Amino acid sequence: MGVGTLLQDTRARFGLAVLAMAAIFAVIAPLVAVDPSVQRDIVATRFLAPFTTDLHGTFHLLGTDRFGRDVWARLVFGARVSLSVGVLAVLLSVVIGLAIGAAAGFWQGRVGVLLLGLTDFALALPRVVLLLLLASLWQPSAALVIIVLGLTGWMTIARLVHSEVRALAARPFVESAVALGVKGPRVLVRHILPNALTPVIVAAALGVGNAIMLEAGLSFLGLGVQPPTPSWGNLIASGRDTLVNAPWVATAPGVALVLVVVAATLLGDAVRDRLDPAGKRVSG
Amino acid sequence: MLRTVFVRSIAGAAVVIGVVTLMFFLIRMAPGDPALLLVGPTATQEQLTAQRRDLGLDRPVPEQYATWLSRFVRGDWGTSIASGRPVRAMISAAWPATVSLVGLSLILSYLLGILVGAIQATRGGRLDTALSVVSVTLFAVPGYWLGLMLVMVFTYWARALPAFGAAGLDADFLTGWDQIADRLRHLALPLATLTLIGVGGTARYVRGSMLDVRNAPHVAIARAKGLSSLQVSVRHVLRNALIPVLTLLGLSLPALFSGAVFIEAIFAWPGVGRIMVEAVGARDYPVIMAATAVSAMLVVLGNLLADALTAWADPRVRIAEPSEGAV
Repeated sequence: MGVGTLLQDTRARFGLAVLAMAAIFAVIAPLVAVDPSVQRDIVATRFLAPFTTDLHGTFHLLGTDRFGRDVWARLVFGARVSLSVGVLAVLLSVVIGLAIGAAAGFWQGRVGVLLLGLTDFALALPRVVLLLLLASLWQPSAALVIIVLGLTGWMTIARLVHSEVRALAARPFVESAVALGVKGPRVLVRHILPNALTPVIVAAALGVGNAIMLEAGLSFLGLGVQPPTPSWGNLIASGRDTLVNAPWVATAPGVALVLVVVAATLLGDAVRDRLDPAGKRVSG
Repeated sequence: MLRTVFVRSIAGAAVVIGVVTLMFFLIRMAPGDPALLLVGPTATQEQLTAQRRDLGLDRPVPEQYATWLSRFVRGDWGTSIASGRPVRAMISAAWPATVSLVGLSLILSYLLGILVGAIQATRGGRLDTALSVVSVTLFAVPGYWLGLMLVMVFTYWARALPAFGAAGLDADFLTGWDQIADRLRHLALPLATLTLIGVGGTARYVRGSMLDVRNAPHVAIARAKGLSSLQVSVRHVLRNALIPVLTLLGLSLPALFSGAVFIEAIFAWPGVGRIMVEAVGARDYPVIMAATAVSAMLVVLGNLLADALTAWADPRVRIAEPSEGAV
């Protein structure tokens, strides 16, 4: 599968463009916005509407919040936190899911049954309940959110990897590797896993969107990333009380969040359709 | 059939026990002391020790667990540390609100989602593309944010619908139709939020599932028999496409309950989710445990129900039952 064929898909083009833009803005945040933690004048710049210029001559693209902070600046600095939390959480899930799924698929005896049972059990846990408890009982922080999201999100990946590994283990090229004298774990790591990675990539792309959304949810409830560090979730929360007189404060981060999650979902859909000719669906 | 139900029920009970056990030890591992919250920061060490003894917190954790579990199973759920009210009364007052919200939105979002997905798969073209954009957007919208936006439009701008609670302040004085209308008006925004989010996921799934079934041999035969395209769509495509959707229904229940936690927090809906959020903040151990157990039970029961529905809709599942291979 080449990137070229993927780019023929409108969904993939849109998804990649939005995600790339969000990532670029997050990286170059200090160049396109003033660091929101540096604040000069609270009173004169409170609740300015979008597209206004304040008394100091600073232009506010998305207006300001109740502390006179520029919403655009908070948004791009928040993107750094939200995107990296989402990506790191999914990476953690992928590592755990790969390990458990591969082990369960390769050692199909008692180990496999045990690991699959564990996966099914974890899948039945009410995730948000667990997130709420973990995040609120320990001191909330970005690191905790990553760990909690990672620990509660590996199950779908483990199941995918498990079924892939099982199917691959019966294929002739694996049997011939075994016949040539390649030993247990090495067969798994060198011959099976590299061929099982594609569905994992799709699941990860879809998972990033979900993780960003959950991070925002936890931060919204005050259990995630703590203010004044901006994340899209606590930005939405901070706009909640000013919905009447400054609706832009809550609207802007929400729109950004929806765009990024839509982009991740569409990209995941497009990649899946490319990878899986059997399940090919008419593209929307 | 009965055997499957029995096996599933045992597995479900094991999941519930596992969940509450995990939660119990996680809570005890976490920092924070409910006794300290109860006696306040100015209390002496003796008062704190006495309070901890009263709550049974001075015992070893496994012993606390055994005590809690045996009481819980016998229906003694203890009293709330924060409010002093019996936990069972709190939960039994709250769960109908959660179940009615989640249940109604489940029904509505599946009906709407199946309708939208079926239209997309049958009509195709521009309409399909437009509806795909809508459904993927709804799928991506976080519930609490959609809730806020609906509050902004319908409560603050249009001044049409209430944003908080399940009934108005004057609810006790209303009778008959007025009372029902008041309830419905309070239900409107939380229900709309939860339903809209669900519609996106369901429509996406139904569309994909129908497109898969459309190319199956039995559909070609149905067409060859000369059935009208509506008959083929409804009788042969949609019906078969709905089987994986029923499975999805079971799988989506935990997510729906999770979503309800946020929605209840936003709209001050007096359900289990809101009790949970409040109890977690107050380190209210008995309430957290009871709310966790109840939500785990609701999820497991929902999964059982979805399994039963799948078996009812798909004869193959019923027939294939004795063999072990059907996963």
